[in-house]
Amino acid sequence: MTDAAATPRNATARPMLDVSDLQGWYGESHVLHGIDFSVQEGEVVTLLGRNGAGKTSTLLAIMGILGKRSGSIRFAGTETIDLQPRQIARLGVGFCPEERGIFASLSVEENLTLPPRVGDGGLSIDRIHELFPNLKERRRSQGTKLSGGEQQMLAIARILRTGARLLLLDEPTEGLAPVIVQQIGNTIRELKREGFTIVLVEQNFRFAASVADRHYVVDQGRVVDMIPNAELDANIDKLHRYLGV
Amino acid sequence: MFELLGIPPQVLMGQLLLGLINGSFYAVLSLGLAVIFGMLNIINFSHGAQYMMGAFVAWMLLEYLGIGYWWALLLAPLVVGATGIVLEKLMLSRLYRLDHLYGLLLTFGIALIIQGLFRNYYGISGLPYQIPDALSGGQNLGFMFLPNYRGWVIVASVIVCFSTWFVIEKTPLGSYLRAATENPTLVGAFGINVPRMITLTYAFGVALAGFAGVLAAPIYSVNPNMGADLIIVVFAVVVIGGMGSIMGAIVTGFGLGIVEGLTRVFYPAGSAVVIFVIMAIVLMIKPEGLFGRSA
Repeated sequence: MTDAAATPRNATARPMLDVSDLQGWYGESHVLHGIDFSVQEGEVVTLLGRNGAGKTSTLLAIMGILGKRSGSIRFAGTETIDLQPRQIARLGVGFCPEERGIFASLSVEENLTLPPRVGDGGLSIDRIHELFPNLKERRRSQGTKLSGGEQQMLAIARILRTGARLLLLDEPTEGLAPVIVQQIGNTIRELKREGFTIVLVEQNFRFAASVADRHYVVDQGRVVDMIPNAELDANIDKLHRYLGV
Repeated sequence: MFELLGIPPQVLMGQLLLGLINGSFYAVLSLGLAVIFGMLNIINFSHGAQYMMGAFVAWMLLEYLGIGYWWALLLAPLVVGATGIVLEKLMLSRLYRLDHLYGLLLTFGIALIIQGLFRNYYGISGLPYQIPDALSGGQNLGFMFLPNYRGWVIVASVIVCFSTWFVIEKTPLGSYLRAATENPTLVGAFGINVPRMITLTYAFGVALAGFAGVLAAPIYSVNPNMGADLIIVVFAVVVIGGMGSIMGAIVTGFGLGIVEGLTRVFYPAGSAVVIFVIMAIVLMIKPEGLFGRSA
């Protein structure tokens, strides 16, 4: 993991996800003003920024959920800006929303098996249970009867078996106890080792630094900076200024 | 022979049976309404008209094509379901972002148009539909005579209701439906075609109404107003059971049919209003309905 962060990426390789001049609106309100970033296959990249900077909106736009959007989002070479969320998902994008989206009327097992397969090479249920032993124990429980940490793990787990190659994770550590945050960090590093490409929205940059290769800083609907994880220490003051901490 | 509070058992059992039969129709119709409301958030006021269409399609199949009851039981729901697909695609799908009231008004208007069309062509005197040969006659149970067809209506309704419940609550297909009821956006973001699911759910809900219509055809005369009379009671049943609850719709449907039957025995004058009285009481005590989840 650290070696990946240290190795400079081949700049000529075609990125797995390439977002350029992405504009987005919630109804009348213009929230994204030209987001530019790209993610190479196998990378873990974070979007850092203050509350309301446009991080979640960026993920929603990539997923096709944001009401109105323009610009370009290319996933594995396919332009998705005009596609429906279900078509984007079918290309191999897995989405874990900020509010987790665990279904109350479904059991843990049903939540886990709900997302249909969108590609080859997803994790098996056994492997998922290995990563998240709690989910195996509680597979018959109602989805929302799980603790917050377990719900977060379920929300991540269910997009691992679909064969999606790009995972969009929106603040997976929000509101969780430090020990659970650590566990989720381990999981993300494990997923990177399995070859998943991950875009992570985070407020907690210490957590972000522990899992990511590169960080994009989002402010007022724009990407204002990119900091490789290896250069994080050198840029810590700048980052503090961006994040207002 | 036993007597209960001076009521002859034949009378009691007869009314109980009648109650169960009415309850069968309440259950199948309110189940369809609950399925539709759960998924589409639309109160399908044209349900009664679609029930009537089921009966008419059965009658037409026999009259014009010589196709009998058993095939009608399969074909009429399919025909009614197909009209549901057209209705959903052309009109209902434009209303999902709006208040419940718009769906109710649209489907109410559609009900009036459908009923008006059938009244125009077939009048209101009612058309006869024979009980199929296999189900004519009846059983002497000792304490009462059970017409075979009425027994069949109860059995068929129970089977359809519990199959529907099973599919929705216990199968992967049902888990898609439940999930899409909760959060259609996220289900779509997993790659599932939610609009198509919504269309098929509506088609299935109205097909249930069509099925009930075929069941009703040999018992009640086939006439354009048969649904309008029934649907008001069915809406009261749905309110009592709780909008959107599958098991609630089934249990309340059968239960209220029986309550209505018993009222006819013990206080005949009250039988026409007992369901509405119960509805008023439920609304006062538990406004979300007996099986409803509070919002």
